Amino acid sequence: MRIKNHPILDFARDREITFYYNGQEIAAYPGETIASALHAAGIRKLSTSSKHHRPRGFFCAIGNCSSCFMVVDGEPNVKTCVVEVEEGMVVEEQEGRGDLSEKM
Amino acid sequence: MLEKTGIPEAGKVKNSLPSKERLKEGPVAVFECFTEIPCDPCYYSCSIGAIKEFEDINDLPELDFAACTGCGKCIANCPGLAIFVLDYNYSEEEGVVRIPYEYSPLPEEGEKVQALDRSGEVVGEARVEKVQNSKSQDKTAIIWLAMPREQILTVRNFKRGED
Amino acid sequence: MKKCDLAIVGGGPAGLAAAIKAHELGLKDIYLLERDNFLGGQLVKQTHQFFGSHKQFAGTRGIDIAEIFKEKLAKREEIKVLKGAVAQGYYEDDVLGYSYNNSFYKLKPKRTILATGASEKMLAFPNNDLPGIYGAGAVQTLMNQYGIIPGEDILMVGAGNIGLIVAYQLLQAGVKVKAVIEATGSIGGYAVHASKIRRAGIPILTNHTIREAKGKEEVEGAVIQELDDDWQLVAGTARELAVDTICLAVGLTPKVDLAIQAGCQMAYVAELGGDVPVRDDCLQTSNPRVYIAGDSAGIEEATAAILEGELAAINVAQDILSDRKELIAEDKTTREKLKALRKGPVGEHVRKGLNKVRRNEDAGKDRYSRSWKG
Repeated sequence: MRIKNHPILDFARDREITFYYNGQEIAAYPGETIASALHAAGIRKLSTSSKHHRPRGFFCAIGNCSSCFMVVDGEPNVKTCVVEVEEGMVVEEQEGRGDLSEKM
Repeated sequence: MLEKTGIPEAGKVKNSLPSKERLKEGPVAVFECFTEIPCDPCYYSCSIGAIKEFEDINDLPELDFAACTGCGKCIANCPGLAIFVLDYNYSEEEGVVRIPYEYSPLPEEGEKVQALDRSGEVVGEARVEKVQNSKSQDKTAIIWLAMPREQILTVRNFKRGED
Repeated sequence: MKKCDLAIVGGGPAGLAAAIKAHELGLKDIYLLERDNFLGGQLVKQTHQFFGSHKQFAGTRGIDIAEIFKEKLAKREEIKVLKGAVAQGYYEDDVLGYSYNNSFYKLKPKRTILATGASEKMLAFPNNDLPGIYGAGAVQTLMNQYGIIPGEDILMVGAGNIGLIVAYQLLQAGVKVKAVIEATGSIGGYAVHASKIRRAGIPILTNHTIREAKGKEEVEGAVIQELDDDWQLVAGTARELAVDTICLAVGLTPKVDLAIQAGCQMAYVAELGGDVPVRDDCLQTSNPRVYIAGDSAGIEEATAAILEGELAAINVAQDILSDRKELIAEDKTTREKLKALRKGPVGEHVRKGLNKVRRNEDAGKDRYSRSWKG
């Protein structure tokens, strides 16, 4: 949920953009990170862990912990907590470790 | 106990107050700043020099109640939001507590609110007498709460009606 | 490979202060590497007014301090500010490698100031990996940087300054804080922060710990329980809170990867948050080309980080521009400001910690012996 009323801060949200999460259309605002835009849409699970297949969300939100990895425009292991969302971006939940073989 | 609950002990609060005589004379600031932390903006905010200059930045603030005019300039300058202005004789019947307030939306003047004590418990009703929110306050609004005068020593926050 | 006088890694309060001070003192060839696409580090989410000295921003909100620094930096066009530049490694020949715009670059600075900040600590309890369990800094990022609330009902774990401040900021964002719990017997943060949330009706429960998080796909609750003075669970006191988010404010640990790569002699100092480089009073590490400042030198707060950044910059200027009189004077006054800041009871653990990392023959010897600088 986005904050509308804040005593200290103003959030500029003039232009809406659209991206895709597992095929679903999601609205976001430029400047938001992928993970924060997903969070605003009520999506907190970003991936499943590799060994026990447990749900994973972000933890640190500043690019330290790697808990927010997702597949973005086909590229796995993207730190969605620091990468800004873009118009038309295709974001998918990541299953375990990302497969980099195609990229190599 | 302050260090266990965040609620200052009655004894600490009592020591932070001016004398009864001074309270009755007119508005006066009280500092509910009970632990030594490195902080000194209050000293610089007081234009009449009623706050003692800090020898060590960790010292507790010392206010000269006799010199304090209760102007309230220090309220929004305290990063800890620990300064209040008490006005015992605001009117014939009521006293006023001026409270730093950083929530949104701000209350309306004339609005009835629930008065809260230092633990957040409702202790009565109060009326918003005035809302100060000038640019120099940098988004720390000051809310003047009018209430039965004996409550000004107890009330330190308020709750608006549920929206 | 480019050469430069000074490379600063990290564009938070310490790094920004270091860059501006170094340039002000006459160093021209400065690189400032920041991995994010914005400057300011954690300042950009600090909505509260800072404590400390009036002369060093006390009474100003962290978000505004970030702006002041950015403006100052923008006026010094000679400083090469690289946003989105990730320092990847510090090599044996004192080459700093970084990636920038999908390319890898090498830089050989005469001096490097590491101001890489810190990471949030985790806490071990069942289901602590569920979505909806966030570090306190993450909650600040989501809320104050992007304007998104982390949940509707939250449990805050930890009553140090960060736990108390973030609990207050959650209230300001309209989130219900069910409780702030603290495992020790007393509130660690400033009493004024505690009083601020207490008078808003938020219970602060000392001697309480989190037993487990409830939920399958994400957090649906939290079980808390009382601890006695020997840190043992008090039977029969477990209770479940209906929360959808758990916020962990259980401390920070310095980010020291580059310092280790640079061969800096390290020491584990609990008071400073973990492994930190040993250093002298000028913040020079055992690698004479490498200085350290801010949280990566030991967990403190932004005012200290700013002063440390300046102190490191002054000493780098002395190394490169020789010991000019005014530099010696600046060095002295900056150290005095730091000392004053740390003088009181809340600075005690920092003073204790710093005494353990003052550079000498034995500091940290037991843990790290690797030092190719001799």
